[in-house]
Amino acid sequence: MQFLQLVISGIAQGCIYGLIALGFVLIYKATETVSFAQGELMMLGAFLGLALMTMAGFPFWLAVPCSVAAMALMGMATERLVIRPILGQPAFSIVMLTFGIGYLARGLITMIPGIGTETHTLPVPYKDQVIQAGALVLNIEQMVVIGVTVLLCLALFGLFRFSKIGIAMQASSQNQLAAYYMGIPVQRLNGLVWGLAAAVAAVAGLLLAPITFVHANMGFIGLKAFPAAVVGGFGSLPGAIVGGLIVGIVEALSGFYLPEGFKDVAAYVVVLVMLMVKPNGLFGETMRKKV
Amino acid sequence: MNAVTSDVLLSAREISVRFGGVLAVNKVSFDVRRGEVFTLIGPNGAGKTTVFNLISRIYTPTSGEITYEGISLTQRPAHEVASLGIARTFQNIELFEHASVLQNLLIGRHTHRRTGFWQDMFFTGAARKAAVDDRERVERVIEFLDLQHHRDTMIAGLPYGVRKVVELARALCAEPKLLLLDEPSSGLNVEETEDMVFWIDDIRREFGITVLMVEHDMSLVSKVSDRVLAMNQGEVLALGEPAEVQAHPGVVEAYLGSTQDLSSLRRPGS
Amino acid sequence: MRFIFKTSYEQDVKLAKHGGHVLWYGLLMVGLLLSPWLLPEYWLAQLTFVLIYSVVGLGLMLLAGYTGLFSIGHAAFLGVGAYSEAVLTNLGVPFPISLAVAAGASALVGVVVGLPALRVKGMYLGISTMAFGFIVAEVFARWESLTGGNAGMHVKAPGIGGWKLESGTEFYFLCLAVTVVSTLVILNLLRSPTGRAFVAIRDSEISAQSMGIHLARYKTMSFAISAALAGLGGALYAHMIKFLSPDQFDIVQSIDLLLMVVIGGLGSVHGAFLGAIFLITMPQFITLAKDFLPDVIGQAPGLKAAIYGAVLIAFVLFEPLGLYGRWLKMRTFFEIFPFYRKGMFKRQKSFQKSDRLR
Repeated sequence: MQFLQLVISGIAQGCIYGLIALGFVLIYKATETVSFAQGELMMLGAFLGLALMTMAGFPFWLAVPCSVAAMALMGMATERLVIRPILGQPAFSIVMLTFGIGYLARGLITMIPGIGTETHTLPVPYKDQVIQAGALVLNIEQMVVIGVTVLLCLALFGLFRFSKIGIAMQASSQNQLAAYYMGIPVQRLNGLVWGLAAAVAAVAGLLLAPITFVHANMGFIGLKAFPAAVVGGFGSLPGAIVGGLIVGIVEALSGFYLPEGFKDVAAYVVVLVMLMVKPNGLFGETMRKKV
Repeated sequence: MNAVTSDVLLSAREISVRFGGVLAVNKVSFDVRRGEVFTLIGPNGAGKTTVFNLISRIYTPTSGEITYEGISLTQRPAHEVASLGIARTFQNIELFEHASVLQNLLIGRHTHRRTGFWQDMFFTGAARKAAVDDRERVERVIEFLDLQHHRDTMIAGLPYGVRKVVELARALCAEPKLLLLDEPSSGLNVEETEDMVFWIDDIRREFGITVLMVEHDMSLVSKVSDRVLAMNQGEVLALGEPAEVQAHPGVVEAYLGSTQDLSSLRRPGS
Repeated sequence: MRFIFKTSYEQDVKLAKHGGHVLWYGLLMVGLLLSPWLLPEYWLAQLTFVLIYSVVGLGLMLLAGYTGLFSIGHAAFLGVGAYSEAVLTNLGVPFPISLAVAAGASALVGVVVGLPALRVKGMYLGISTMAFGFIVAEVFARWESLTGGNAGMHVKAPGIGGWKLESGTEFYFLCLAVTVVSTLVILNLLRSPTGRAFVAIRDSEISAQSMGIHLARYKTMSFAISAALAGLGGALYAHMIKFLSPDQFDIVQSIDLLLMVVIGGLGSVHGAFLGAIFLITMPQFITLAKDFLPDVIGQAPGLKAAIYGAVLIAFVLFEPLGLYGRWLKMRTFFEIFPFYRKGMFKRQKSFQKSDRLR
């Protein structure tokens, strides 16, 4: 029973990792850019939701879509202002830029007097509620995380499979130059992808907030999403979620069954094992340069 | 064709390689004799570059044997091929973009390094001597290929034609016995191709290097090759002197389509 | 504009390419040697930190800038060196031996961290180094018998037998010596076949293999040397700050190290030094600027992170060649005045050569 309890909370945490990893993989698939700013975007989304609810007095059901939309706009703006000018530079520079964005975001939030340095509770309507399912105590917050993740994945699947935009995004991710020639507005699509990734990060932040509270260092939790993405295989959207779930479950179980300290590094041990066993991740494809 | 065994430098026996469901090279056999210029021709996708990649061990054949000077290559790792005396150029130019021409050529001499890691760190007398020696030998290649102008230029700033020459230079700096040239004249204009003809000839006559080449430019092939192997769809079509291979009906068909199709190309009334 | 007329092959091989080099670097060395008598104690300590971070930066520059291998967990090597030195010095081991062991221990860890490099590339490698970084930091925290865990560990001053290097000046000269030797080692490597092999691996692995470069061996070597230098820097760092705790070697420190080499100028030895200078002097500037800023900004705890982030973004956007690149541009401007044109150092924008090409 304990085991099942742990697995469920692992799944919930894993969904968060999976969502952040999803945003990460979306950006990588579209622009082959690795963005380490996803964690901080999640943190910003949570803070935005907090601000809307506590300071602007928005009800929960209004604050959530507003913060998600606002973060999407911020993601698009980021792409337009800082990412687009540097495409064509070596990958390393772009990665450093995203680290810089993360630093800046974290610094700016911490600078806000009073709010930045404190830990806050997000006033969600389902806070602290539980359901009893037999001997299992199901935390509503965790259930919401899992439920929303499933819905979001279905929505994204539909987007990429059936909508014109989704197919255009796939095209430009596989061959940018060819997509340009086909009349696909690649740069605008890149903006959309960044917006989408930021929106997904915001959702993750709002989902995570009731569990871990809202604070400026939330972004570091997001760091574990990168091993999750690698475990699932870079460039694979379902892989990101699966990777997140694996990391989340292993983490939850090692927190209970293994000595102290293992829980914090569980994600990293998992990724190292995966790289040794299957270097391209679970769903990754073996790519080879043709000479 | 009576090839005396000691005369044969490279021997490919029934090599095949399969990528997923695609049989890219199918039971290809040929011998390259010492001191000759041997050319692989064939339409795009015939498997010529794949054969090169098999010889330089970027790929591993699914069956068959490649022997070089009697040594089997198929078990060797890719980085050992160069020290055996085989150097190559790449179809799509794989130069070291953020280094100068000189540095690229010096890297070409890697297999001839005589200093270990510790000697390098402290730049001992031996390291210094080796460095000057390498520099001198590289200069000879630069002179041969007229690259003096570009010695210290970064590759990223060079035009395509010059890059192709630098690729060739880098391979020559390895002082190989067998040189694999992958489409040396592709992308070059008429003058540059003429230069290439002279250089390949000089390489064979002056340096005694055996050349195995992939080429599309038929005039270059006829001017420079001793023997030609025509491939299509991963298989051998014909093997022999340039003239006889180019006249081979199977080769003509592979390049131009069957003789029936030619009729549609004829102008009405002729 | 200086034209070097070459009359012998030796000139291409020498480190100092012309008289100007000898003059300016000579003056720099003289300045550095006289520093303890020219600078007040506080600034001498800052200079010592610059030297220490330069050593670490040289290693990271070799790995990331010259071999093209991402290392997002580099602070782990710093920590291994620091803790090794602390443990050995507290046991009374003379510093030449303890420094060598610290470097060696880091090199060993470097080889282990570099193992994934033999199978994976690019971002995968970056994330695996990050993973190692977290794991090593956790080991520092958990191995309490050796490292004192989260409670921290005091470090005694370095010494040989009875003689201890306790003054700032003595320790400064030790750091200066280590820095000079490290720089020469790196410069020598870069002008030799080993260094060229690293560059080859960075620019085209397949080509490098065809030239006879054993990828696994050289990648491991690069990790080992880079880690050894980081360990050496870490050992000196331990003596400078005199108190170690695991959180000094976390992901933030790793990113700071990367920030240092990127802002300094990736792919140049000068970049390591310029980056170290930036890393150490930036907080000083911020402290000075705080007095001029309104309290709401100046006293905010996040100011340092925000400024670092903004500077990093600015550099990547506007000066991708880093501080060294900016210096090169300025120098060229003055050298060939008035013929300097804006596009001279423009990097050719490539339509992202896809890493995923089949």
